[in-house]
Formats: sequence, structure tokens, C-alpha cells
Amino acid sequence: MSQEDALSLNGPILETRGLTLRFGGLEALNGLSISVESHRIVSMIGPNGAGKTTLLNAITGVNLPDDGDILFRGQSILGLKPFQITALGVNRTFQQTQLFSNMTVLGNVMVGMHPRTRSGFLGGTFHLPGERREEKQIRKRAEALLERFGLLPRAEWRASHISIAEQKRLEIARAMAGEPAILLLDEPAAGLNIRETEVMGDLILRLKGDGQTVILVEHNMHLVMGISDWVIVLHHGSKIGEGRPEDVQKDNRVVEAYLGT
Amino acid sequence: MSFTLQLFQFFVSGLTTGSTYALIAIGFSIIHNATGIVNFAQGEFVMLGGMFMVTFHSVLKVPLVGAFFLAVFCVAIIGVLLERGPIRHARSKEILVLVMITVGASIIIKGLSMIFWGKNPMTLPPFSGETPLLFMGAAVMPQSIWIFGITIFVVTALHYFFQRTVTGKAMRAVAASRRSAALTGIPVDRMIFLSFTLSGALGAVAGIILTPITTTSYDVGAMLALKGFSAAILGGYGSMPGAVVGGLLLGVLESLGAGLISSEYKDALAFLILLVVLFLRPSGILGRGRLRRV
Amino acid sequence: MGKRNRIYLLIYAQIVFDIPLLLRNNYHLMVLNVAALNIIVVIGLNLLMGYAGQISLGHAAFFGLGAYLSAVLTTTYGFPVWPALILAFVVTGAVAYAIGIPTLKLEGHYLVMATLGFNVIVYIVMIQLDAVTGGPSGFAGIPHLRMGGFVFNSERKIYYLFWAISILVLLLSLNLITSRVGRAMAALSHNEIAAKCAGVDTEKYKLNIFVISAILASLAGSLYAHYITFISPGTFSFFYSLQVVTMVLVGGMGSLWGSIFGTVLLTLLPELLHAVKDYNVLIQGVILTGVLVFFPEGLFPGILEAWRKRRVAAQQETAPTAKAP
Repeated sequence: MSQEDALSLNGPILETRGLTLRFGGLEALNGLSISVESHRIVSMIGPNGAGKTTLLNAITGVNLPDDGDILFRGQSILGLKPFQITALGVNRTFQQTQLFSNMTVLGNVMVGMHPRTRSGFLGGTFHLPGERREEKQIRKRAEALLERFGLLPRAEWRASHISIAEQKRLEIARAMAGEPAILLLDEPAAGLNIRETEVMGDLILRLKGDGQTVILVEHNMHLVMGISDWVIVLHHGSKIGEGRPEDVQKDNRVVEAYLGT
Repeated sequence: MSFTLQLFQFFVSGLTTGSTYALIAIGFSIIHNATGIVNFAQGEFVMLGGMFMVTFHSVLKVPLVGAFFLAVFCVAIIGVLLERGPIRHARSKEILVLVMITVGASIIIKGLSMIFWGKNPMTLPPFSGETPLLFMGAAVMPQSIWIFGITIFVVTALHYFFQRTVTGKAMRAVAASRRSAALTGIPVDRMIFLSFTLSGALGAVAGIILTPITTTSYDVGAMLALKGFSAAILGGYGSMPGAVVGGLLLGVLESLGAGLISSEYKDALAFLILLVVLFLRPSGILGRGRLRRV
Repeated sequence: MGKRNRIYLLIYAQIVFDIPLLLRNNYHLMVLNVAALNIIVVIGLNLLMGYAGQISLGHAAFFGLGAYLSAVLTTTYGFPVWPALILAFVVTGAVAYAIGIPTLKLEGHYLVMATLGFNVIVYIVMIQLDAVTGGPSGFAGIPHLRMGGFVFNSERKIYYLFWAISILVLLLSLNLITSRVGRAMAALSHNEIAAKCAGVDTEKYKLNIFVISAILASLAGSLYAHYITFISPGTFSFFYSLQVVTMVLVGGMGSLWGSIFGTVLLTLLPELLHAVKDYNVLIQGVILTGVLVFFPEGLFPGILEAWRKRRVAAQQETAPTAKAP
């Protein structure tokens, strides 16, 4: 069997079990149980309010679930703080890009490298040799990352001054700087035109080709069906269907959920 | 004097100052509910109430009732100036910036007061004489009765205003959700304007009734603001019953602390309470628990 | 720290050390000495406000703790000066750590009130604990700073010491903000959720910066005590907290060079307006409010921005047919 299959035999890289989260009186996640295999592009789809972003927030520790569990590589990450979860290897982008708008493009990516670097207050304040070495490495790796994402010419630009498509790519580059095992993308194609969406799709496929596991939340069906290995359908905070893209498209419950809203 | 009597004495004096803390706390709540900001100048409104009263009544010899309303009116105007001026024109609408602006405004008011009235403390004669009344064996100043009476009247009037009148209900709507209120046609700007006017007036009333007991001077504002804020937090920030409970409780605790433990650190007690409440139970006694945040 | 900062720093140091050669007046030197101490406090506060995004209206308390701790240790208990100073800021740092943990969890304006409350409590303790602190009439007889046999007992000598320390603090702070930690803090002040999800332990950094800013204030306070040799609680009321916050706001949160500008300006201003001392409070309030209303980014950045726009407009005027930038 291929190396990929061997790796997947060790169990899903991410799992949720009976995940429940309430906002006020609303149940945003309702006993949700999903499982994600590594080295796949798994898409979450569902009408607005289905709980997709809430799920990402729960996984990344931004909101604490009321019930259930989240397992990363078999270990529970429930209750961990966002920065701890990021250090373990789960990174994300946001529905509305949350860049550090006053920092440069390069600066944003360098911040993304934070969990993989070490120099602290002492090293920084006194510019110790270890810190100097690390800074050089950080800069080199950040520039390499920018090049990979086609953003190197913009390196010294303010993040808020680049185009929307570039901002979306920058957010992904920043997330990748953390060397995550899982990349959570929240509507990366939102606000992009057809050509830009195609470029984004290619980018995500390339990431998968490099061995990345991607969880994609998207509304753009063309993109979802085009690049996903697996699709999970959410509605009212529960899973109402999952399968390969072509199978999900034909599922009656899914069609109903979309037409019914 | 027996211990119970002493306790009762402390209790009464605590309720007296506590009533004014309650009025100040309500003033904080009204503006916070309408705008989301902490109006640090609330303390200066209290100071100004006393100062204006002294000018009108003691200096210009305007009769008591007339001077009372004049002073309240003047401070309400200053509340309006604060809202229409620095707050309305602020380039940044961030809450923290607006709060700091109220801090700046309170310094301006303090500076102007220092120039206009000088640095010396000023006092008012008690409204109906100084002879203490005997109540259950303890001496109660008639001014305290005035303070209780006026506070009860004001709180009742405010309750009626917020529960029964259209404007009052509109203000509560703005407090609950500004956007929804605007969508239903409530003039949000006017409600904000009203909240500053009302808080200014409330602060003035508190200052006027308190001055005969504690005197006033240009720099009492900051302490009063902090104590009023402590009271508001203690009782549950943003709620009127909370403000009343918090104010009275703070007054009594302060008085008991001063009488039984140490009078020198009396002022520190209010701030200690503030820190303890903020750290342990920020929603206060009557407030609801806050949403869990990671 | 970057090439540009290095150049600015060299020029700045040059100017600073040239000034006593031109300035003979002891009074002027004294004002500048106080400015140097204020700069130390303000840099620390700017790191807290501009990078950790927290406003503190209680830094006069840390300044005062440094002053009283050092004063009491040396005068009452005979400690040598420099160890006392170090012990003072270690203790102040510990206090800051203790109150920082619960305080930094509070939302913006509650944090402001909590720091203010803390300031007032410390102030009241300074006044009431008169057996130790001397009470409202103050604490006198504090020994001068010294190095070996060399005693810092003149304005000129103090000038070089204080400004050397202040430049060192600036240098180290510039290093910090251009380092990995500095980037993490800048990220945290821009967008806390994104910073958390990018892997920054925001709580730890906020607390560390709070403690560092308290230590710097304490250091300045101790130096102040051994300079003036007499301290009283009035210096450490929340009015001073407001003054240093105003200095940060005028200079622009997050801009260390702006802080230098803001601090020097606002330290000199009351001295220039000495004739109208009664108006001091009013002017303070007007500046604070004015800057907040019209220049929330800071007066210094506002001026720079206006100057930059003028230059661009002038360029466009002289080349009307050129393409717009």
C-alpha cells in the first residue's frame, strides 16, 4: 500500500465527538461528530448558520464547547487555549481576513512563525547571538514562503494595501508559516472572482500535494466539488450527510437543506 | 453608648453617604446603558452640583428651592456640552478612547473649577438646621432625612420614567440594542443626549444634598467618581436596582469599616472592594454572569 | 533594531550629550533630568499601551513604590543605594505580577478603573503608613546616588547619568520591539484573536509587558528619590498617572520616538507656563482631551502625517502632468 494509506491507518487526524455549543439560547453545534483523515482535502458545506465557522472556532479553541470532545491525533484538545492548539499543529484562516493590517506582508508571515521559533524577552532585548541567528532564519524562511505564495514582490507593502486575493493568500501563508499538520480554511474564495478562485483552488491542491491536510469551509460549490476528497454537510449544527463530492451532490437530504433555506 | 447604638449610628451614616453613592452609580449606569462608555466626569458633575449651589444660594442669595433647580440645570447643561463637544466630535469612536476623553474632560472641569472657585473647600448650611433628631436613641442629622427622602423620590421618579413613559422605554430600548432601536425609529442620538442630561442632573442632586455634610471643593470629583463606580460595579453594572443596592452597601461597609476597623484607610476600602469585585465577580451582586470567553 | 533606528539613536545620543555643553543654567538641567526619568516611565507605558494594548492609569503607583522602597531601604535600613534600587524594582515587579494576573483579564475600561483604584490604594497607604513613609509631610534625608567615591550630587552629573540610563532603556526597547517578541506584541495589539490563533500566548505577553513597564516606572521612581533626596505622596497621585498616559498619547501609542517627543514636550510645557501655574490642571486636561479627540493616533504621528501629505501635495503641484502616485 502507499505511504499515504499507511499513515491514514493510524486513525483520523482530527475527530469531534458529540460536539455541542450553545450561544444564548441558540444551539450552534448539536452533537456533531465528524472525522477527518490526513492528507485529504475535506470540505464542510451547508447553508448559512449551519455551524461551520462555529465548528472551526471550537476546534481552534476560540469558543469552548458545552459538551462533547475534540481529538487531534487521538488526543483530546478540548479546553486548550488557541495558541496551544496552534503549537500542536492546527492553523486557520478567517472568513473575513484577520490580517495585522498595519504590519507589512513579510511581518505578517513572520508572526505566523511564532510557534516554531523561540527567542524571548531576554534574547530580543539584548540582541543575543542566538536571537540574531534565529532572526536571520525567520526572515529567510518567511521570504521563501512569500515566494511560494507569489507574494514576494509585496513583501514590504502594508498588509491592508494589497488586493483581496493577495490578502487571502497572505492569510494562508501566515497560517502555513506555523507548519501546521491541519490547515483550516474559512471561505478562502469569498470575495474572489472566477479566475482568482481558480488560482486559489490550484493553491490548495498544491498544498495537499505537499502533504498538507486541509479542512475547507466553503460556499462556492464549484470549488468544493472540484478539489475535495471528501465532503461533509452540516445543517443546524448537525451532520446531515457526507461522502465523496459526486455522491453528496446527489443526496436528497442535502439538496433539500439547500433549497429549503 | 452601647455597641448596638454605635452600630446603628454607623449604619445610618453609612446609608446617608450610600444614598449619594447610589445616585452617582445610577448616573454611571444611565450613560453606560445608552453609550457603552464609563463617564469618568460623573464625579465632576457631583462636585459641580455642590459648587453651583453654593454660588447660587450662599453667594447670590437665591432661595433654597430655586437655587437647587438652577444648580441642577447648570450641571445638566455641562453634561450636554460634554456630549455635544468632545464626545460627539471625537475622531475615533472606540470605547476606550471615549472613556479616556471623559477622563480628559473631568480634568478640564476640575481645572476650570479651580480657577473659578479657588482651592478652598466650600460648604452649604444643612437644609433644615443642625439640631440632631433622636431616633431610637441615636442622633440622626436632619440632613440625612433630606438625603434619604430626596434619594427615594429620585429613584422612584426614575423608575416611573423608565418603566412608564415613552421616552424612558425608548432609552431602555437603546440600552438593549442600539441597532434595533434605531431600526424602530427611535432617535438614538437624542436618547444619548438625554442620557448625559439626566446623568448630569443626577450628579448635581447628589452633590447638592451631600455638601452640607461633607463640604465640597474643586478636587473631590475623582474620588466620588471612583466610589460611585465601585458602587455600580458592586451592585451589578448597568442596572438601576443594582446601583441602589451597591451604593447603599458601599456606604454602609465604608462606615462600618471606618468605625470598627480604622478610619484612616476608610477611603481605601471602597477601592479595595472595587478591585475584589472586578477580579472575582465582575457582574456584581445583582448582575448576570458573563459569557464564558476563551 | 534596524538601520534607521540605529542612525536616529546615534544622532539622538549626540544631541543629548551635547546639550550640557551649551546649557549652563541649573534649572534647565533639572527640568531635563526630570524629563529623562519621565522618558523611562513613558517608554515602559508605551510598550504596555501601544503593544499590549492596555491602558493603565495607575503607573504613578509603581513610580511611587520604587521611590519609597528605595528611600526606606537606604535611609531607614542603611542599604547601599544600587542594591536597594534593584530590590525595589524586583518587589515592584512582583506586585505588578500579582495584580496583573487578574487585572489584565478585564475588559478595556474596567482595566482602566482597576489600575486607577490600585493607584489610589497605594497613595492612601503612602499617606497613612506614616511611621514608615513619613506620611503626608514626606520622607527626607534620602542618600544621593554614588559609584564608588563619586557622588551624583549636581544637576550636571545627574544629567549624564539619567540620560545615559534613559538612552539605554530606549536602545533595549527598540531591540525588543524589532524582535520576535516585539512582532508578537504588535500582532497582539492589532488583532488579538488572530494573534492567538497564529500561536501567540497573549496572556503571557500582556503580563510580561505589564511587569516590565512597572519595573521601568519603579526604576525611574528610585532614581527620582535619590536625586531629589525628598519625596512626598503628592508626587505619586493618579494625576501623575494621567500625565504619563497623556505623554504616550501625544507621542502616539506604539511609537517610541514619538514618546520621546511627547515626554519632552509635556515635561517642558508646565515649566514654560510657570507664570500661569493655576492653569496647569486646565491645560493638562485640554491637551489630553484635544489629543484624544483630534489626534487619536497621537499628536506626533499626526504631525508627521500632515507633513507627509504636504510634501506629496507639493510634489504633485510642481509636476501637474505626472501620473498620480
